Amino acid sequence: MAHHEIVIAGFGGQGLLFIGKVLAYAGLVEQRQLSWLPSYGPEMRGGTANCNVILSDDPVGSPIVQHPNVLIVMNTPSLDKYEKAVVPGGKIFVDSTLISRKVERDDVDVYYVPATQMAKEMELGNLANMILLGTVIRETACIKEETLEEALKHVIPARKMNLMGVNLKAVQAGKDYRP
Amino acid sequence: MSETVLMKGNEAIAEAAILAGCRHYFGYPITPQTEVAAYMAKKMPKIGGTFLQAESEIAAINMVYGVAATGHPAMTSSSSPGISLKAEGISYLAGADLPALIVNVQRGGPGLGGIQPSQSDYDFVTRGPGHGDFHVLVFAPSSVQEMADLTGRAFHLAWKYRMPAMLLADGTMGQMMEPVNLPEPCNAFGDDNPWAATGTEMKRPHNIINSLDLSPENLEKMNFARFERYAKIEETECLWEEYLMDDAEICIVATGITARVSRNAIVEARKQGLKVGMIRPITLWPFPKKVLAQAADQVKAFLCVEMNMGQMKQDVELAIRCKKPVALCNRVGGMIPTPDEVLDSIRKIAEGGMEA
Repeated sequence: MAHHEIVIAGFGGQGLLFIGKVLAYAGLVEQRQLSWLPSYGPEMRGGTANCNVILSDDPVGSPIVQHPNVLIVMNTPSLDKYEKAVVPGGKIFVDSTLISRKVERDDVDVYYVPATQMAKEMELGNLANMILLGTVIRETACIKEETLEEALKHVIPARKMNLMGVNLKAVQAGKDYRP
Repeated sequence: MSETVLMKGNEAIAEAAILAGCRHYFGYPITPQTEVAAYMAKKMPKIGGTFLQAESEIAAINMVYGVAATGHPAMTSSSSPGISLKAEGISYLAGADLPALIVNVQRGGPGLGGIQPSQSDYDFVTRGPGHGDFHVLVFAPSSVQEMADLTGRAFHLAWKYRMPAMLLADGTMGQMMEPVNLPEPCNAFGDDNPWAATGTEMKRPHNIINSLDLSPENLEKMNFARFERYAKIEETECLWEEYLMDDAEICIVATGITARVSRNAIVEARKQGLKVGMIRPITLWPFPKKVLAQAADQVKAFLCVEMNMGQMKQDVELAIRCKKPVALCNRVGGMIPTPDEVLDSIRKIAEGGMEA
């Protein structure tokens, strides 16, 4: 039974809730059980923001992720906060442009992706989040590759649909990235 | 059944209210329920409805009173401190026997409190949120689907019994997104409301909508009549959900988000051979006393999981006439109990170490 409990964390404005929504809508397209829970309130205004997503074949109990098996982090405070919570054997995805330290745990799989630097070099604006998402999809298969575009259609506002191409390009860059 | 969509709990309430036929929304912004107002602001003008941001919570509830008096469905939404402000208006609605929907997406208190989720308005709203002898129907959704379904039901029953209904959610339920099948559009209200103030066309006596009656004899009669209606509601309108209760020796009682957390703990406890189940009240008034009383003959103990200082625990003790011990696992102030904390409480009860 596939069951992914995902925490996405970093600064507000990095598009963390956005990639959470992409995962949630992909779950919807795949007719899976799911929940999406954002942090809300002052946390989101310049402080740390996070988002909990659960994708499962079984009904979702608590939408609050206590022990993620997938952690995506885009700043050091978030890695500090959530590293210990990850289940043994879980996967941690680190934006290594923004986080200089290494993960201390040795019972998890860690993927360092210089997503912010890649986005800059490839002129993908602020799509480091989508680059990370590409690596996450490749390594966890938490959503199917073919449902991604359908999910993006739900999440990208209609007036910005011209950005579909760069979003897909960013995801592909993350999928292709090997250290 | 309609197509499955992904929505925030707050948005599901708003859309479900529109689908139920509500065309009048009055509110004042407050976290964590602002999405209800935002959704209404976007939608209502497009469908010929009214969205009005009032100058205060008090104004909003009195606008609801005005629309309800004309026999049209109206609603307001707020969060805990805002509901305190609305209390006077809710009492007037009850006193005038008017139907309306009030949404309360709870946050930590007392006072301005915080903005993180809470269940600490339990006592306040289940006893009749305002002065005088009255009740409001109280529904406690535990999923985004229920946010939608119970909105329609709350409207329907408010109309059926001519009394205010409250949807009692919390910040988590309001902010989270889940798949939801929205109900089909309907008009639960009808156009024939013989009690409404719609103009007599000189064909009938005036309908007077009022909560004032200076004759104690009359006022007593009104109160007795209202409580006869309440007795019927307590008999027929209780809702609850049972989870793994068949062989349960410990019964968790929880609502809303804490019921979701408890479900995880129950699954884990069962893996460890502990026979735990749950009764989840869906209506908090009327409170599902009978099913709890029956469970008291079966289980060894109850465990209330709440985000307050044990307000519902007292109702459970009353319902079971203190036949069995009732323990409490709680967090307050915007904190949410974790499944591990609930599991710890279950283990302590199983080992006989938890005082009720």
